[in-house]
Amino acid sequence: MKRLKKQSYIFSAVLIVALFVLVTLISTTVFKRYHNQLLVLVCIHVVLAVALNVTVGCLGQIHLGHAGFMSLGAYAAGLFAKSGIMEPGIGEFLVGTVIACVVAVIVAIIVGIPALRLKGDYLAIITLAFGEIIRVLIEYFDFTGGAQGLSQIPRLSNPPFYLALTIVSIFIMFSVMTSRHGRVVLAIREDEIASDACGIDTTKAKVFAFALSACFAAVAGSMYAHHMGILSAKQFDYNYSINILVMVVLGGMGSFTGAIVSAIGLTVVPELLREFESYRMIVYSLALILIMIFRPQGLLGRKEFQVSKIIQYVTSRLGRNEVDHV
Amino acid sequence: MTFLLQLLNGLQLGSIFALIALGYTMVYGISKLINFAHGDILMWGGYIIYFTIPFFISMGLPLWLSVVPAILFCMALGGVIEKIAYKPLRNSPRIASLITAIGVSLLLQNIVMKYIGTGALTIPKIFKANPNLPVSVNFIITVVTTAVLLTLLMLYMNKSKYGKAILATSEDYDAARLVGINVNTSISLTFVIGSAVAAVGSLLYVAQYAQITPTMGSMLGIKAFVAAVLGGIGSIPGAVLGGFLLGIVENLTRAYISSQLADAFVFGILVVVLLVKPTGIFGKTMKEKV
Repeated sequence: MKRLKKQSYIFSAVLIVALFVLVTLISTTVFKRYHNQLLVLVCIHVVLAVALNVTVGCLGQIHLGHAGFMSLGAYAAGLFAKSGIMEPGIGEFLVGTVIACVVAVIVAIIVGIPALRLKGDYLAIITLAFGEIIRVLIEYFDFTGGAQGLSQIPRLSNPPFYLALTIVSIFIMFSVMTSRHGRVVLAIREDEIASDACGIDTTKAKVFAFALSACFAAVAGSMYAHHMGILSAKQFDYNYSINILVMVVLGGMGSFTGAIVSAIGLTVVPELLREFESYRMIVYSLALILIMIFRPQGLLGRKEFQVSKIIQYVTSRLGRNEVDHV
Repeated sequence: MTFLLQLLNGLQLGSIFALIALGYTMVYGISKLINFAHGDILMWGGYIIYFTIPFFISMGLPLWLSVVPAILFCMALGGVIEKIAYKPLRNSPRIASLITAIGVSLLLQNIVMKYIGTGALTIPKIFKANPNLPVSVNFIITVVTTAVLLTLLMLYMNKSKYGKAILATSEDYDAARLVGINVNTSISLTFVIGSAVAAVGSLLYVAQYAQITPTMGSMLGIKAFVAAVLGGIGSIPGAVLGGFLLGIVENLTRAYISSQLADAFVFGILVVVLLVKPTGIFGKTMKEKV
């Protein structure tokens, strides 16, 4: 088993490096400006969806304020980039992202400690309330540009870098959620009262998952700010949170692979079907209802794509063939 | 004097919140579901009023009669939504029904956006202004209608056979079924009554604000839900009290602090209430069963 895991890690790393090289080559030669934009948008949505999956899928609590935390990150990074403390570039991006994460995590802890004592529906509504409060406050204050929004943020146009950041983010979230701390979170999803009785500090674990979620929402926000160069609080409203929720629900609550696949799909497909744009939201909402009625676990359920499983499958097939030959 | 006027305006807004909150609180009480689509049912009621008003004008009838088709339509809509979207999910995890409710809300909004348009539509004056009165006609009609509907609803719930069945169902599904109550009928009836009350709310809303948009329901609905939580979810008088309080707070914030911050204050109240007394003013504390 150990060997399989090691194999799997090596194989994944090779695949990712190959993908990265491929994307770098394509994005500099074949891709047009439009495709590169789409690629960055896909990266942002993947990070958002995977981050929301930590709260909705792994912790099992509905979170309707995800866009609020994204906007916190976007504004923090945007304001840092505009302040001119550092020269625009990857270094400034990374420092800005760290600041964005710190801001989002602090807010998530302040919000989370009291809010996560509540369960289920109440948590959904309180996160919605916080998302709206964040939006209203950003629009109210002057240093954030008020209702006009924040513009002329130094832009960073480097799709391969965004892709690398996305892969690193997914890797961090995945390894945290499969670690000891992550399994505690999964236990709470399965049965909160039982895990409480087992001596798990449920509030702490919930706040931990919530803060992790907010942290990577802020990473996505920082990516968004540096990619677009302009921000307005209005876009990070309730509907944006719902769009991300649809990605998580469609892919399968609790499945990282599902969140990634559906985030890619739900970003690329609407772009391809531009002429049906006006039907998009109707289809989204119908999809939500139908999935919940007929396949509440989402397309992939809690399954993950694992290289080790494929290796196992292939080697077992090969092994059987050898036996056949003998 | 202006303070008193603001207070009365708040009371009027609060009455509309209260009527919507009634629907939320009843549905939550019986099926433990936050019906996110409730505000959008109200929005559809507004559109029905808009489209039937020309008919009432041509017939020379009073315009407020357009509430009748709106009520009928909303009752049907509420019933259909319950049958199609919520009934199959009655025994699934709460997260599934919550997401479905969000889906239904988005669906109702986007159908209107797609087929009618995203812009605001203007509705003619429904109640004639009377300069002899010290307060506006809209205010009197709104507050009186709310009071009458609340009384009727309380009487219905506590005295009639079906009302008692609804109360029993919301206490305990299985026990209600054991004593011969048709649980499905009770739940459908709750949705239908809630939607009818929402339709009355939409008349009062358009009488005051004179315009409708496809998205007006979602924010109104969320605020009404805050009112329901504030009063104690599941409690009918709680919903009305919560609605009044919320309307007054929102209006006073708009008038004296900042119109931009009004929403932040409304949600701030929700946060404080949930943290201090999650069951609300009239709510009962429930023990979680293992």
